[in-house]
Amino acid sequence: MNVLEIRDLSVDYLSGGGAVHAVADVSLDLRRGEILGLAGESGSGKSTLANAVARLLRPPAAITSGSVVYRRQDGSSEDVLALGRKELRAFRWKELAVVFQSAMNALNPVSTVGAQIDDVLRIHRPGMSRNDRAERAAELLQRVGISADRRRAYPHELSGGMRQRAAIAIALALNPEVIIMDEPTTALDVVVQRDILHEIRALREEYGFAVVFITHDLSLLMEISDRIAIMYAGRVVETGGARAIHTSPRHPYTLGLLRSFPRLHGPREQLLGIPGTPPDLRSLPPGCAFHPRCGKAMAECSSELPALDGDVACLLNGGRGLEDAS
Amino acid sequence: MIVLEGRNLTKHFTAARGPRGRLGRRPPVRAVEDVSIALRAGTVSALVGESGCGKSTVARLLAQVYPATSGEVLLRGEPVRAHRGAAFRDYRRQVQLIFQDPFASLNPFHRVRYHLARPLRIHGHVRSDADEKAQVAELLERVSLTPVEQFMDKLPHELSGGQRQRVAIARALAVRPVALIADEPVSMLDVSIRLGVLRLLEGLAQESGLALLYITHDIASARYFAQDITVMYAGRLIESGPSEALTQSARHPYTQLLLESAPDPDRVTPPEATRHGEPPSLIEPPSGCRFHPRCPVALPVCSERAPDRTELGEGRWTHCWQAESALTP
Repeated sequence: MNVLEIRDLSVDYLSGGGAVHAVADVSLDLRRGEILGLAGESGSGKSTLANAVARLLRPPAAITSGSVVYRRQDGSSEDVLALGRKELRAFRWKELAVVFQSAMNALNPVSTVGAQIDDVLRIHRPGMSRNDRAERAAELLQRVGISADRRRAYPHELSGGMRQRAAIAIALALNPEVIIMDEPTTALDVVVQRDILHEIRALREEYGFAVVFITHDLSLLMEISDRIAIMYAGRVVETGGARAIHTSPRHPYTLGLLRSFPRLHGPREQLLGIPGTPPDLRSLPPGCAFHPRCGKAMAECSSELPALDGDVACLLNGGRGLEDAS
Repeated sequence: MIVLEGRNLTKHFTAARGPRGRLGRRPPVRAVEDVSIALRAGTVSALVGESGCGKSTVARLLAQVYPATSGEVLLRGEPVRAHRGAAFRDYRRQVQLIFQDPFASLNPFHRVRYHLARPLRIHGHVRSDADEKAQVAELLERVSLTPVEQFMDKLPHELSGGQRQRVAIARALAVRPVALIADEPVSMLDVSIRLGVLRLLEGLAQESGLALLYITHDIASARYFAQDITVMYAGRLIESGPSEALTQSARHPYTQLLLESAPDPDRVTPPEATRHGEPPSLIEPPSGCRFHPRCPVALPVCSERAPDRTELGEGRWTHCWQAESALTP
């Protein structure tokens, strides 16, 4: 069952030299309780997509078309893009929370982490007593691996990993159904990153929320996600189960990404990488935006825009993309 | 042949502000402690560690950006201390640096041609304008920014991250150095273009006999692009050896933890979920081995004395009290 349904969503950045299509016709489903990985390079539109869903976009960004529907467990649903100010306040944190890349900027530097959790509870749960709130804050911090006595610490007194944990604790405060995590571990060291990924998975088991996990690191995504969507130049070019993407990618771009990062074990395979550079969104190549970098491009790739038909948006093999083991 | 070498390098930084300790002194940050590293001609050596472990400080000590608290830097076997004036310029002609952020390391007001022509002029490699243009073109060609005519007159903002990093590499090559220190040269670039930049660096080391130090937090990329790897933790060296041997059978518990934590989709079973803690403060580093508070196999001796280097043969060594016992998994 889906908790979020994104349909044909397009986001433009309006600039002097015309509109930049940061997100173009993206349709995606987020199932209840799953971790959906969103991968792509810088400029692929993955953060813009997440911000559009959380209604965090500000001018010059504008949603030009599409819909985002949020479905509650009781069957009622909500058109996220139509929420008014007041409804939006209730929707955020309670139903959908966001964890950003740099927890150093996301946390308020002049208030303790305990107070920042308290803030969320005080606004959204007016009936809760002061003592109950304090107890809940301590419990949340403990749950993400910060000892309860650290709730009086200011963000600068915590390490990068601890701050990210604190940001996750705030996101969890109201038991949301959906948490969007935008590069939550990118600024962290690998060992700390590993611990936080474990934490996210364990919390998901416990609370059952769904996660949209955004990162450029495909190898990391394949370990943590249930399903993965790959974005390129504002469009989703492939979706699929994490295993399937790993073993039999269908889009040549996905295959290129998989062959771009060095492996730690096994034979030292030849790394192929992807020739060329990501396109300029102001002047996208016609047809499939990836065709100038694609080794398998055909004549029609430069004129015909492949639709995300099933799992892959690629004209190869009659729209099925790469064949297995190619 | 060893081109550039650091011997027993130690660097303590004193904070200009902040609370004073006893006797009114501010405690130093012990960023680098007793680090020895050698770069050979035509070889890529990697220095791997987490952020804050002192790897960039080692790079700057080797590049003579600031003096070491103790220890020495040797260029072709000769001790050097060149921090200013003609001596520093002469040193910079031989040892060059490439930084992580190609958006910050190029002047946004100047064209590519200016960035490459300046080092050529300052270090006296050109005689005429025509000569300058020819050499700039040659540099651009070496870093595969072609057609050169087109790139020569671009401003940094007209280039992608990967292209900017190539300009930074070309600028470093302009003075014809013997050693190149690349501090996280690809970590700000997109995955699909990292490979090209790393290949370029690898090719330069092989073709021009450059000694290259590749500083990174990504041990998997070090496995592919470096002949040998040295691992650093909290300001100290941990382990070193040929890259394949080190990544396939790490001997130090920290290296093992680092390898285990790196994302690896080929892994069949995910590693156990345990909290590993975080790197220590370098103002009051742990006594003895600096890894002992996080080490799963620490002994009492580990918190008392720092372990000396244990040679393991085949160019490998480690600093661990249990290097010889049955530590290997």
